[in-house]
Amino acid sequence: MPYGPHTPDDRAHMLAALGIDSVDVLFDDIPAALRASRLDLPDPEPELELSSRLLDLAGRNRTDLASFLGAGVYRHYIPAAVDQILLRGEWYTAYTPYQPEISQGTLQSIYEYESLIAELMSLDVVSASHYDGATATAEAGLMACRATRRERLLVSAGVHPQYRATLKTYCEGGQLELDDVPLIADGPAAGTTDLAALERLLADGTPVAGVIAAQPNFFGLLEPMAEMSKLAHAAGGKFVAVVEPVSLAVLASPGEYGADIAAGEGQPLGIPPQYGGPYLGLLASTDELVRQIPGRLVGMTTDLEGRRAYVMTMRAREQDIRREKAASNICTNQALLALAASVYLATIGPHGLRDVAALGAARAAELEAALASAGAPRIHPGPYLNEFAVRVPHAREVHRRLLERGVLAGLALSDAIPDDPAMADALLVCATEVTTSGEIRRFADALGEELHGSARDAVAAAGVAR
Amino acid sequence: MVPTDLRYTKDHEWVRVDGDIATVGITEYAAEQLGDIVFVELPDTGSRLVQFGTFGVVESVKAVSDLFAPLAGEVVETNAALAGRPELVNTEPYGGGWMLRIRISEPGQLDGLLAPDAYVALTAAG
Amino acid sequence: MSVTGPKLQPTIFELSRPGRGEGKIPHAPKGALDRIPQDQRRASPPALPELNEPEVVRHYVNLSHLNYSVDSGFYPLGSCTMKFNPKINEWAARLPGFANLHPMAPDEVAQGTLQLLWELEQALAEISGMQAVTLQPAAGAQGELAGILMIRAYHRSRGDTGRTEVLVPDSSHGTNPATATMAGFQTVTIPSAADGGVDLAAFRAALGPRTAAVMITNPSTLGLFEARIGELLDAVHEVGALAYMDGANLNAILGRFKPGEAGFDVMHFNVHKTFSTPHGGGGPGAGPVGVGHRLVPFLPSPRVLREADGTFRLERPGERTTSIGRLRSCVGNTGVLVRAYAYIRAHGGSGLRQVSDDAVLAANYLKSRLAGTYDLPYDRPCKHEFVASATTIKRETGIRTLDIAKRLIDFGYHPPTIYFPLIVDEGMLIEPTETESLETLDAFADALIAIAGEARTDPGVLHDAPHSAPVRRLDEATAARHPNLRWRGMTGAQTPCPD
Repeated sequence: MPYGPHTPDDRAHMLAALGIDSVDVLFDDIPAALRASRLDLPDPEPELELSSRLLDLAGRNRTDLASFLGAGVYRHYIPAAVDQILLRGEWYTAYTPYQPEISQGTLQSIYEYESLIAELMSLDVVSASHYDGATATAEAGLMACRATRRERLLVSAGVHPQYRATLKTYCEGGQLELDDVPLIADGPAAGTTDLAALERLLADGTPVAGVIAAQPNFFGLLEPMAEMSKLAHAAGGKFVAVVEPVSLAVLASPGEYGADIAAGEGQPLGIPPQYGGPYLGLLASTDELVRQIPGRLVGMTTDLEGRRAYVMTMRAREQDIRREKAASNICTNQALLALAASVYLATIGPHGLRDVAALGAARAAELEAALASAGAPRIHPGPYLNEFAVRVPHAREVHRRLLERGVLAGLALSDAIPDDPAMADALLVCATEVTTSGEIRRFADALGEELHGSARDAVAAAGVAR
Repeated sequence: MVPTDLRYTKDHEWVRVDGDIATVGITEYAAEQLGDIVFVELPDTGSRLVQFGTFGVVESVKAVSDLFAPLAGEVVETNAALAGRPELVNTEPYGGGWMLRIRISEPGQLDGLLAPDAYVALTAAG
Repeated sequence: MSVTGPKLQPTIFELSRPGRGEGKIPHAPKGALDRIPQDQRRASPPALPELNEPEVVRHYVNLSHLNYSVDSGFYPLGSCTMKFNPKINEWAARLPGFANLHPMAPDEVAQGTLQLLWELEQALAEISGMQAVTLQPAAGAQGELAGILMIRAYHRSRGDTGRTEVLVPDSSHGTNPATATMAGFQTVTIPSAADGGVDLAAFRAALGPRTAAVMITNPSTLGLFEARIGELLDAVHEVGALAYMDGANLNAILGRFKPGEAGFDVMHFNVHKTFSTPHGGGGPGAGPVGVGHRLVPFLPSPRVLREADGTFRLERPGERTTSIGRLRSCVGNTGVLVRAYAYIRAHGGSGLRQVSDDAVLAANYLKSRLAGTYDLPYDRPCKHEFVASATTIKRETGIRTLDIAKRLIDFGYHPPTIYFPLIVDEGMLIEPTETESLETLDAFADALIAIAGEARTDPGVLHDAPHSAPVRRLDEATAARHPNLRWRGMTGAQTPCPD
């Protein structure tokens, strides 16, 4: 038993105090017919061997590729200070701060996190965090329904497919109607939400509780958020903005364009990709909706000697007290990840954050030009920040061949959106401040050879056919 | 001891009747059980209540409790002061901490409410 | 409100000074943002604090000193299983091969992680006696939601649309009824029997054609094994309902009871409890779910699959149409799951069984130390946790469990779980876990006994406890009545951005 302190003497002492001679006596109340069969697991591994096994498994992943993959999870430089702080046992082995007198560290860090995100979002109230961007988006939708007492949501097809799938699951549980708002197919606004279709959907059918759209959207494009906000409000609904936090250094923030609720994925703020999590669900709202926001809230108060102190507050909204009437069953928050995001923002500061966003934009422009020259132009004409989709015939096949050449060429869109034939010839690519010109050149050169090569093959095949 | 001019329910609401208008709140006993009241959720004016149906929620720091309508009727007024000063329910449960006023639709229901000593006996029983 | 006291810290907003910071990220070239339309640009930069690295480090180090933590002391928190967080797990999760892997990378570059996840699923299935496992839910509460949504899908698939109720005992954790509501069910709460277990007759009376599921914690939230569980499960299945087990208390029964074998249809695991992943100050956790054969078709997607050639892949979107779909982005909280995997590998089957043996022995020992000083409402062997009560102390001295809990802080301990489950008057739920030494158990018992003495001789010192923590008792009423949920003190960034 690697971490247990008890020696045979310790156990004997405890058994003697209980007047029994075997711990089995304490399990006698398990009915004989229900006692477990043997635990058939591999033998225990001492740390030396365990560490070897883990190194081997980690080594079977390939993280040495020139990566242009974003799609909601982004590679950023994480300053060394972030992990050094996260490694302190006082942070990561602390429990939920239900006893505020001995949890002021965690509580103040969450208050600061709430304040930082509120500033980025230009909104008043930020929850102590949700599980990830997808669940934050789903809960934002449920919030809109509670606030308006309506039962229908509209979600733009530009919102991340995984977030829409999560929203769908949560809506089914709550027996809520969920309709997609299509994207414009052609023209200068291609790939962004179709405002005329949105207006029609708002006017017809059950009253809409909320309209949900992403900025930037899944294809990297900038959406007309202010216009959608106005349309939602005119129909008596709420507007939910799904946002990427680094972009908020330079793009208009949800509060500025009238969003009532904002959700998003905090992973870009100092959290590594980790193959899926744990991540950081950002959830913010106007003051008016504070009672609807699910999950924990930390506020400032005083102790009985007048000291400033922090405490989880408005607790009676939560599941342990409200039980079946709680807004959500959520019982945790991503406290350690909220700390990571706070330390990240504190370390790089407002100018650093702006540089991260702006450098990503600069590299993305470089990438766009390089890929266009290689024969893969952008699919959509509209403005983007640092992510966009390019036309590549047989994209999945090309993606696989580029992988063999050490390039992770973004996301073959047909993997994320299999039902849309238009996505079969598209790659979604991004660049950030860690993307180098060398990597861009490598990608473009390899892509050029693949496209050229297949063009040459096509000509040759045509020649043979004649 | 409870005010003698009021009627009570077993769910610890009190009722003051004035003509066809009933003012409703919760008793000092209930407020003490809950602790420091931090929020009171009340219905919209114009809502129709059924006797013993829930009309709202009262929250303290560590607990929450449904509020049950002592009488059927239409909500004609709610106490706006509670939004900014929920502590009135603790400090003035029978006065400034009133919650809503109902236009009584079924006066016969008054007879079913508890008299002050019956309510006191109920709370003494624990 | 001022900051007083030797250890308290101002906020990062108060520490900010214009011109501080910089040096981590290179400057972007001029004009990088010119192609973004003006009406999409932020009107003014966000007012984030400007701090140097030394100040940032000092701030967060000093704040950390205000926290109690497992690494610094004992948490006897019932239902939380605050066991030691092994350091090899932190090392493993940070290996670049694990940490830097993008969740949407092709399966072929993720074989190490996919294998780890698959092996973890197998291990959890074996531990629980279930057929299959999903690692997707981000927390136990999300696991509950997955389980109840799968049960809903199961009934619908059989055309059984009249099942609208979920039954829970009154001792259940609040997440259980909250989950039922999120999944569109009515909660029916069943009072417990006098011995703390489920009231079988009451359950039978409530079970019927409208019952979709029952949600049972076993051992119960009182730390007692449900001796009538066999009959209860039979009764549930007889009416065509399914049984969900809340696995929060799994630390009591590893190697002794496999819920799937016993007849539960679905259960969730709290890896941040049983499997040692750190609590992080409130999260992250993970809530894998194990299912019996009835529910396998409905598991959330994507599942982790093993091909005939021994490679691994994720299910593709739409590949399994019976799935309840997604509950979140990506495959799960992989970083947390790596830690759970390492823990299970370190222990093996024999080690996990020893974990439960020691956890149960320690809890019973601690309970025996407190007998005679505190009320022990359930007079039989407990499992990994037990409930004590201050009812007699309150009657005789006026001192409540809250005061005792706060006074424990002065003795250097985190309080146990208090006032949960709701059915115990002035309750304290105490769970020592298997990683606390005998000396710690004895010292903790001594402290509780001393405090019971103080309740009689010096109650004043308990009323205002704690005295020695960085802050005293807080004004929680004002915090809830007039919430201050964000700092308002900085308006606009300080030094102008270049360009």
